Amino acid sequence: MNVTSSKKSPLVWAVHISVVLLVALWLFPTVGLFVSSFRTADQIANTGWWASMFTQERQRPAIRLSGDEAQVDGEFVIEGRLFAADNVVISRWGVNSRDPEAYEPGEEADLGDGANLTIEANGAFRMSSPQSFGDGRLPRVFTTAEAPPEFTLQNYRFVLFDPNNREGMAKAFFNTMTVTIPATIIPIVIAAFAAYALAWMRFPGRSLLIAAVVGLLVVPLQLALIPLLKLHNDIGIGKGYLGVWLAHTGFGLPLAIYLLRNYMVGLPRDIIENARVDGATDFQIFVKIILPLSFPALASFAIFQFLWTWNDLLVALVFLIDSTGETTVMTKQIVELLGTRGGNWEILATSAFVSIAVPLVVFFAMQKYLVRGLLSGSVK
Amino acid sequence: MHPALQAVITIIVGVGGCVGYFYFSNQFLDRVLYPATGKNAGRNINRANQIRPWLFLFPALFALGLYLAYPVFATLWLSLTDRDQGGAFVGLANYQQMFREPKFWEAMSNNMLWLIVVPAMSTAIGLLAAQLTDRIKWGNIAKSLIFMPMAISFVGAAVIWKLVYDTRPANQEQIGVLNAVWLMFDGGFGSIVFLQIVPALLLAVFAAFLAWLVYQAVRPLVNAEIGHRKAPWWFTPLRLFFAIVAVWLIWLSLGSILSVFSARLPYGQPQTWLTMPFWNSFFLMAVLVWIQTGFAMVILSAAIRGIPEETIEAAVIDGANPFQIFFKIKVPQIMGTIVVVWTTITIVVLKVFDIVFAMTNGQWQTQVLANYMYDKLFRANDWGVGSASAMIIMLLVTPILAWNVYNARKETR
Repeated sequence: MNVTSSKKSPLVWAVHISVVLLVALWLFPTVGLFVSSFRTADQIANTGWWASMFTQERQRPAIRLSGDEAQVDGEFVIEGRLFAADNVVISRWGVNSRDPEAYEPGEEADLGDGANLTIEANGAFRMSSPQSFGDGRLPRVFTTAEAPPEFTLQNYRFVLFDPNNREGMAKAFFNTMTVTIPATIIPIVIAAFAAYALAWMRFPGRSLLIAAVVGLLVVPLQLALIPLLKLHNDIGIGKGYLGVWLAHTGFGLPLAIYLLRNYMVGLPRDIIENARVDGATDFQIFVKIILPLSFPALASFAIFQFLWTWNDLLVALVFLIDSTGETTVMTKQIVELLGTRGGNWEILATSAFVSIAVPLVVFFAMQKYLVRGLLSGSVK
Repeated sequence: MHPALQAVITIIVGVGGCVGYFYFSNQFLDRVLYPATGKNAGRNINRANQIRPWLFLFPALFALGLYLAYPVFATLWLSLTDRDQGGAFVGLANYQQMFREPKFWEAMSNNMLWLIVVPAMSTAIGLLAAQLTDRIKWGNIAKSLIFMPMAISFVGAAVIWKLVYDTRPANQEQIGVLNAVWLMFDGGFGSIVFLQIVPALLLAVFAAFLAWLVYQAVRPLVNAEIGHRKAPWWFTPLRLFFAIVAVWLIWLSLGSILSVFSARLPYGQPQTWLTMPFWNSFFLMAVLVWIQTGFAMVILSAAIRGIPEETIEAAVIDGANPFQIFFKIKVPQIMGTIVVVWTTITIVVLKVFDIVFAMTNGQWQTQVLANYMYDKLFRANDWGVGSASAMIIMLLVTPILAWNVYNARKETR
């Protein structure tokens, strides 16, 4: 026995390390987006997000000096600070783009015409000259500075709460919510009754209907787009919330019926037959016995349908969003941003994260039911 | 009216309407139509019980019929008519027009590539993850983290991966991980190991696996005694088909091994990954693999848990090593589940739309069928060709549909 365990331990270590690597690989992209949503546009454009966790020494973009002139001892002096943050440590600096690391902190640079510039390590500068600087532009300085990690909530403020931001996510967020909640609840009610009939009532053609539901489970909804849009236009619903609720209900039903029926069939027969003997009607049995017992299955389908409607793009594009764009949902909004703001990662990352956040919370809170639903949905 | 208010009203009307419908229709059946009293009480109860299932089923059947069954036929009809001619019947003209378009064939061949790569990769990595996390203490945490992308929308995933694939000019610092990693290779020893030897080895393993599959598929045909049960007649062509596909894939992977060693890679230059023809499709597929692996893992891990402990113990006593236990004891026992996972992911792949739509919109030769169809329907406004391509997707799904229905019938019988 000792031989096997000592032979096994390197393998156990290999397993642990492989799992760590796999998990890291799977998390890395998402973490990248998450971290980026807390960085400023400038930070994102200049360094990879993975560098943002550490104090890093890097060349910063040129800063043009500014400040009010004061007359001290016959000299004209401008004093000020380069950075708003006070935890920046400058290691080298310069006044010429060809030699941005010419000086050490505290050294004095000759700007010509008798003017001098000194920059301290903490970013405080002092510029002095025998003549007035006048209204001319002050020189630019280049700095190489160590900056500690720095994160901001500014992006979220801009994306969610800025009333002047026409591409904001606040409206799209509420629209998505408006689509999702009825589209999750209504199919559950309809499917629960149908699943009960398919599981516990005897009638001719039952197994045929079950087979039909299984078949419809895989019918691509792409086929439904044009005929149903036409139908919606013909009966006067057009593009709008009602249409998208109905469409999601229709598309979600096969899975709902399938999951719920599979679950209900497994409920103990005795309970239902005892209730029948006691004179309960099918409606009473369904409401008082089956529904409470089926809660896990109802919850799993609810999560599926919620994730699917929240994350959906195609159904919303076809059945909901009209030319005014008043009813745009978050997925659509992000696709628009990818087109118009492809390089503005701070906005993209933040908007994407706003739309991802709710499903992630639901996912982690109710993972148990999700897994249970998946298992009863696909494992025979 | 404010949409939120409208939503609340819809929920109340929808849910209340459903419950009300079920309650009152049952009441009507029991009290008015066939009351369980009087001299016909027994007959009435029987009749009511014959009708009741249909009361329960009616709303669901109506919605299923209208939203899923009817569109199949309507789309079939649309694909045979021409909207510009007032919906006149034009036979297969739309299909002919579609088959003449190179973009359609591009979408078709890309879709085939997706159909091979994504289910294979997701299932393989999912199986690996399921096996690795099976016996370790923090396995559940690891699993839920790998499973997490499942909750992220395809559009959100597209943004996440666009950041990974981002490209900056050569003189700037790269902010996309892939380019940052790529620029660390300089053509030295490390590059040869990671970019030539490792991929070549992986391809060789893949080819060996395929060769094993060919062997498994052809063996019963050569040696009739191995097939224990009498297999249906269509197993023979099916086996031959799989064998031919696998041989073709072996040929491809051997060719790729050669090209891995002969290729001259542009070291030191940042790449725009999403515009490289052919390879960009793989970068899009990576997104779907990333999402679907968790699904495969969860289901396969449950299947692995369900394997009877005795079979594994017996193998251990017989001196099997962990790899033998995995490949010879565990995998054969969960083969059924692997097939289910594979087909489920296949269906997802056939419908994949959002990823391509958001990341490349079918440019740079990344078109897939679902996006091609969307293009035709809503950009070109060509309902005929759009419906025809939707029918192609339906056609590709049909074998899986038939297989699922066949299994369901077998079960309920």
